[in-house]
Amino acid sequence: MKQFKIFFTGISLFFLLSCSNDVEVPRTHGVYMLLDTSGTYTKELKQAQRVISYSLLKMKPGDSFAVARVDTGSFSEKDIISKVTFEDRPSRMNQQKRVFLEKIDKFVKSVKGSAYTDITGGILQGIEFLNERAPGKKTILIFSDLKEELRKGFKRDIDFQLQDYRVIALNVTKLRSDNIDPKEYLDRLEQWRTRVETGGGVWKVINDLERLESLFG
Amino acid sequence: MSFLDSLGIHPAITIILLVIAGIAVLYISRRPAHRAIMSLSAVVHNAMRLSAHSVMKVESRLAERNREVLLIAGCEAEERMIEREFERIDATVRRDLSEYPAMHRRLNEEITAIEEDYQASIEVPPEPPGWMKAVEAVAKIPSKGDPMVSNILEDIHHSLVKANTNSIEAYRKASHKRHDRLRNMMPHWRKVLTVLTSVDKNVTSILSRSQTIDRHMKEYEDIVKGTDKALRMLSSSSLQHFFTSLAVMIIAAGIAMVNFQLIARPMSEMIGGTTSLFLGFQLNQIAAMIMILVEMTLGIFLMESLRITKLFPIVGALNDKLRIRIAWVLFVMLLSLATIEAGLGFTREILMEADQATGALLRGEEAGAIALESSVTWITTGSQMALGFILPFVLMFVAIPFETFIQSFRTVLGIVAVGSLRALAWLLRFVGTLFKFLGKSLLHIYDLIIFLPLFIEHKVNNSPVEKLKKSENIMSDQKGSEYEAI
Repeated sequence: MKQFKIFFTGISLFFLLSCSNDVEVPRTHGVYMLLDTSGTYTKELKQAQRVISYSLLKMKPGDSFAVARVDTGSFSEKDIISKVTFEDRPSRMNQQKRVFLEKIDKFVKSVKGSAYTDITGGILQGIEFLNERAPGKKTILIFSDLKEELRKGFKRDIDFQLQDYRVIALNVTKLRSDNIDPKEYLDRLEQWRTRVETGGGVWKVINDLERLESLFG
Repeated sequence: MSFLDSLGIHPAITIILLVIAGIAVLYISRRPAHRAIMSLSAVVHNAMRLSAHSVMKVESRLAERNREVLLIAGCEAEERMIEREFERIDATVRRDLSEYPAMHRRLNEEITAIEEDYQASIEVPPEPPGWMKAVEAVAKIPSKGDPMVSNILEDIHHSLVKANTNSIEAYRKASHKRHDRLRNMMPHWRKVLTVLTSVDKNVTSILSRSQTIDRHMKEYEDIVKGTDKALRMLSSSSLQHFFTSLAVMIIAAGIAMVNFQLIARPMSEMIGGTTSLFLGFQLNQIAAMIMILVEMTLGIFLMESLRITKLFPIVGALNDKLRIRIAWVLFVMLLSLATIEAGLGFTREILMEADQATGALLRGEEAGAIALESSVTWITTGSQMALGFILPFVLMFVAIPFETFIQSFRTVLGIVAVGSLRALAWLLRFVGTLFKFLGKSLLHIYDLIIFLPLFIEHKVNNSPVEKLKKSENIMSDQKGSEYEAI
């Protein structure tokens, strides 16, 4: 009888612990990267490739990664260059990384500059993608000079829903006009920071691409 | 205070008034307060004393129980040792007795051969030829210068010399034959010596085992009698076994950890592994842990069916044929798991190489460096495979320290419990005594606070008027009692 009680207690404890684990937040990481392909910024895409390689290197099974271009209308699945959710099997994951890298390489070699820059649309698309995948940690990387230029008729005055999101601007280059009036550059950064933080997200800028550790920190 | 303040009295005076009032109250309530303090300290003191007594009773009961357990465990261990020794003697005797007829026949043959050789080697002096006496008589005939007689004697002399030479030759041949036979006896002697040495060895071994049995029997008798010496010996050996087995089990845990690291990642190649199932552990990690635990369980049962350990009496009680069959099945299962682990070790190396190659590609490194490194990877591959194969068998032996740990843990737990109960009893007694003296101290402190009214009371009691009153009271009491008596 005593042994039965001990056994029953053990089983109950096991199920109790198992149930308590059900509500645990997944440990996976979702990253959505936006590549600015407008005007002269296409020259910076080689740098973007380095960031993508670094991200792939740090990705673990279960993590999701997507790279999308920012062009005239970026709120579209068609702008996603490559997307992947890494499988459990290490061998399969290595294969997925190689394929992903090949796709990006092909894109960088064949990319043509776009006339407009719809960063807001890209972020909205990123939010949609990451919400669907529901990873434990969500990050949107914006590889751009953050100068948004919308085509006439495009409406992008939408508030972001960025709770549990990190939005990181990478390689925010200074434009010629920024050099004339640096306030313009600072205002641009401030405007994006406000938009992201108002939406509940965390804003960060990394211009030194040698220090990417904090991307996955 | 506020009331007094409202009357406009100075705070210092207020405090003094309060102190006086307090002292007055304490003086008035002195006797009941003393009684309350004394009874409180007595209650706590007695409660603690009673509790300590009860704890000591439990402690002595537990100590007695520990003693019984220790003696029973000691008895079992000694019985097992004696049983093993008897089994060994039985095996030796059986082996030797089964060989005894053959050995006896061999010895007989050797001795017969030696005897025959001995008989054949007896020295027989050569017989002088039969006609020697006749020749001797003819040789004594005086020749008197007769040349014919001289010639005959010379011929006889020659014949004698020749006959003598032949005889010596025959004797030499016979001696040579005898020496040959004696030489042939040597291997027979040696064989006899070998057989007798082996017999001597066996007898010595049995004698030595019998001495061991005597020693164990002596220890067994001591344990059965429950002597202090036996108890001390059992207790110390139990502690020694506990710590030794604990150390070995810690080492085994380290080995299990290494094994886990070896198979956890390649396991994800088999069954996946990102899903967190239980307490943050991933599926592949849980699978690896279960695999190691299964190996350890198989090892424990294998040891059990080989009768090396006795954790499960039901396994030991199985008939030998079934038990051996179970042991073989367990061994095959363990071997299969070890082979799977070796395969996982190989997979791990392949995965590591693939990771390196992908990493190099992502970092934009040259493929040549990786190729150079991979030329020596067969060493690590082989090592990982060997580790994967060997570690399950190493973990199998954890059953032995585990059994010792379980057996000695009961005794150690008993010793610790007895020690804790003794400490608790001491603490209870200490607290009880503390309260007893605390009560007395509180009485003195109480009296110290109201020393002034007490001093006045003492002075008043010892004044001549009071003494007279007291003596009158006593006298009137005595008279009253006398009247009552009349």
